[in-house]
Amino acid sequence: MWFFTHVWIIPALMVLSFLLILLFGKKMPKKGSEIGIFFIGIALVMSIATAVNWWSWSSGGPEVTSKAAEAAALSEVQPKCSKVATEERLEAAEQGEKGKAQGKSVAAAAASSAEKGGEPEIATRPVVRCLSWFETGNDRMTIGTLVDGQSVLMLVVVTIISLLVHVFSTDYVGGDRRYTHYFAFLSLFTASMLFFVLGQSTLQLIIGWELVGVCSFALIGHWWEEKPNTDAALKAFLTNRVGDVGLLVGMTVLYFAADRSFSVLDINILANEGEIRHVVLLVAACCLITAVMSKSGQFILHTWLPDAMAGPTPVSALIHAATMVVAGIYLVARLYPVFFEGLSIAGSSVNLLAVVGAVTALFGALLAFVQKDIKKVLAYSTVSQLGFMVTSLGVGAWTAAMFHLFTHAFFKACLFLGAGSLSHACHHSFNMVDDMGGLRKVMPKTFWTYLIATGALAGVFPLSGFWSKDEILSGTGSFPGTEGANGTYHLMLVMLLLAAFCTAAYMTRTIWYAFYGEFRGHGHPHESGPRITVPLIILATLGAVAGVANLPKSLQVVDVPGAWATRFEKFVEPVGLYFPAISHAGFNLTLAVVSVVVGLAGIGTSYLYFWKGSFRWAQGLSSRNKLAAAGKRVLENKYYFDWLYTDVITGFVKGPLANATNWFNQHVVDGIVNGVGRGAVGTGQWVYKNVDQKVVDGTVNGIGAGAGATGGVLRHLQSGRVQQYAALFFVAAAVLTGVFVVAIG
Amino acid sequence: MLLNQFLLLSAVLFSIGVYGVVVRKNGVLVLMSIELILNAVNINLIAFSTFWGLGGQVFALFVIAVAAAEVGVGLAIVLLIYRNRRSVDIDTLDELKG
Amino acid sequence: MTGVLAASTSFAVPANVAFAVMAVFMVAAAVRVVTTKNVVHAALWLVVVLGGVGLNYLLLQAEFVAMTQFLVYLGAVVVLFLFGIMLTRAPLGVSDDLDNSQRRLGVVIGVLLLAVLSFALVRSFGADKLTFEAYDQGAEVARAVGENGRTQAISDSIFGEYLIPFEVTSVLLLAALIGAIVLARKD
Repeated sequence: MWFFTHVWIIPALMVLSFLLILLFGKKMPKKGSEIGIFFIGIALVMSIATAVNWWSWSSGGPEVTSKAAEAAALSEVQPKCSKVATEERLEAAEQGEKGKAQGKSVAAAAASSAEKGGEPEIATRPVVRCLSWFETGNDRMTIGTLVDGQSVLMLVVVTIISLLVHVFSTDYVGGDRRYTHYFAFLSLFTASMLFFVLGQSTLQLIIGWELVGVCSFALIGHWWEEKPNTDAALKAFLTNRVGDVGLLVGMTVLYFAADRSFSVLDINILANEGEIRHVVLLVAACCLITAVMSKSGQFILHTWLPDAMAGPTPVSALIHAATMVVAGIYLVARLYPVFFEGLSIAGSSVNLLAVVGAVTALFGALLAFVQKDIKKVLAYSTVSQLGFMVTSLGVGAWTAAMFHLFTHAFFKACLFLGAGSLSHACHHSFNMVDDMGGLRKVMPKTFWTYLIATGALAGVFPLSGFWSKDEILSGTGSFPGTEGANGTYHLMLVMLLLAAFCTAAYMTRTIWYAFYGEFRGHGHPHESGPRITVPLIILATLGAVAGVANLPKSLQVVDVPGAWATRFEKFVEPVGLYFPAISHAGFNLTLAVVSVVVGLAGIGTSYLYFWKGSFRWAQGLSSRNKLAAAGKRVLENKYYFDWLYTDVITGFVKGPLANATNWFNQHVVDGIVNGVGRGAVGTGQWVYKNVDQKVVDGTVNGIGAGAGATGGVLRHLQSGRVQQYAALFFVAAAVLTGVFVVAIG
Repeated sequence: MLLNQFLLLSAVLFSIGVYGVVVRKNGVLVLMSIELILNAVNINLIAFSTFWGLGGQVFALFVIAVAAAEVGVGLAIVLLIYRNRRSVDIDTLDELKG
Repeated sequence: MTGVLAASTSFAVPANVAFAVMAVFMVAAAVRVVTTKNVVHAALWLVVVLGGVGLNYLLLQAEFVAMTQFLVYLGAVVVLFLFGIMLTRAPLGVSDDLDNSQRRLGVVIGVLLLAVLSFALVRSFGADKLTFEAYDQGAEVARAVGENGRTQAISDSIFGEYLIPFEVTSVLLLAALIGAIVLARKD
């Protein structure tokens, strides 16, 4: 299994690509884009090879077959990579796991034993390889790769989307003045993301996290000549800094909690076995949730994501829809025991992660209704869908979250690239209300791919989004008759269903504005070239069929072998010591019907409103009804979050607080200083008048001069002269030292 | 040899350095005075390392490295001030005035 | 070998004499650095002080630090200062305008600091003698002294115990390098 131990080559290739583009890109005939496409192509092939290997590896049950020796060698964890993942411990846990799985859900156990025909259930262990980066004393910092189903899944997603975005970009940003620079950063971003995904230690996760942030900053501000773009880049960067504080604190807490170890395996195993105190895990989980809120655009720190649409559209598709923004989801999924134990997800009905996700899903979807800019609609849609994933993790439906991440990456990237194709035809405008319309006829390929992706996002029956969304909904365990969920999250189910309704409705709205009615822009739009439409077609196809990756067991018509039956559970979800024993909600036909009806209702409402002109009473409602107008204003102002951040908080610090400080400085401090100064001068004069005349001249001159000098210094305290400040500083230091020496020493 | 003879020498150098920082007008001379202060600290570190082990020497080395960096950046700043104002007199820089 | 020398009384007297001579020179030179009216002379007097500090390190049996002091300070930093003087077109001859108006304040501060420091030092350390014991503590260090001198022990502790400060210093140097280039380049 060469690919498991040499998976580090994949990010290394992209780093090489970045360097080559930087050094030689401008001299190449295609300005460096061919280097990027070449390397990402190899990376994709290697990722798929790794995935295929992983798949045959896990389905073969290597521990009991003839490959047992190889499996043992491969899954051996070196002590430097993890302090606690010893062989005995892993085996003991796998035995326990089996027992737990059987005890927990009779139905699932019966099903699995029936399918496997009495074959013992085998846990495929992760393949961990690492290098010691450096050691000091007892602390060792390692850097390496952790290959399991989760990282393999992300490898494939990142490289596929990245390749298609590379191809799309050759046309979309063709002729740009920083074309080479753009491709260099695409390569660097891909490298960082792959580095993050393969991270074996939390240190590596932090580094990857920051690197993708930097690339996002650089690419949002790609056209930095225009002020809004640089503002958006800065906003993205600074908002993410807020979350990074949480990330650093959370990782530090985990480092000490896991007995001074950065290893992901160590942290997960110790958290999973209950060797870290619950309150410590809770604190760490809450800190990491802050990080997730900023990176994955969750509510109250989501404001940067819609603004980040100032970057080139392919970048939005790659970074702000498919890959970078799911880094938060990936982080939670990677350190899942911390959240599962820390937030007590099992058997509960509400927790912070689920609430953050559900609120984001619903409120993000509402915001998408009032946007005129098609990319902003998609951005809020991304915010909302990320909320779905976070909710899913929050309710314990880990597999559903990763499945939704997988399907969402395809159809959302397709939607973004479709929006790029539209704006390519409409003089680079994204304003669908004023500059688009009626494009169905002239851009059929874009229209159909966009339509399919919209259907997937809205959850129309056979398309991929339906399956993943349905799995999340049943994962809440709230719907009557759902079996095997981890808790009963009623509130989450209601909010997610509402969000699903809104999603279907606002996506139908974008189709109306962009593709139907009269063309409202100017010029003659035309279909884009093959380098734009081919990626669209591929992504739409993937978005349509990706759902087969995890069809519910009960719906499979053909009797497939055991390993195929629940692919995600089998191949993607880690098993064993470093992953909590979560249960999986079964497929619920009634819930599936409800979710389809909700989606269709959303589409239908929009259809009637826009196409048929129904709900006449609702049209122009906001201009007649005060309540509706207020609601619309709130939405248009994005719940006033930007206003809160820039005007209230920053404004308070810059305005009243600064003024108050200044006033205090001017009146109180200066008053004291001047008073002391005058007092000292007065003393000096008094000394001069009274003592000088009467007592011996020499003594008096000294004192008087000293007092005068003191007064002079104090009076000019605020001269702005640096050296005077330095002098005062040293005087104060000397006096304080003296006090310490005399009083304490 | 006494410990104190080194420590007192270092105290004298330190005080002279402080005098220079407070009094000198030319930016380059102020930087030189700061070097005096840093060297005084280093003598202290080395003298104490005879009691408490090699950590003092290691930190003296760090101080030397940091001081080299400080001189580099400091001179760059002085150069920039000179370019902007045609003078390196620090007491003409009173923009900090409130 | 040096340890034996320091312990014997026969070395103590010449060492003290050497220290006294150096101390006088260093203090005089340091005073000249902060009082001279010629900028270039200040840099040259600084050479005397820095060299004296290096010799002091030798007296304290810190050979490696002494060598670093000679190389980095006398070799590099002083040259940097001379370049700084040249590039800022400082008056090369005698100039009366090198001090600001707070000379008296400076003297007061200097004397005050010196008084406080000396008081504290004398009170805390009195007549403690230098022993150099700590240098050779521990089997590892002793072995290192036997083989490669104390320098090996220093390198062991830099790359072992003090690795993180060392890495941080390297990052700082990189930042200073970039900062100096950005500040000083003409654009």
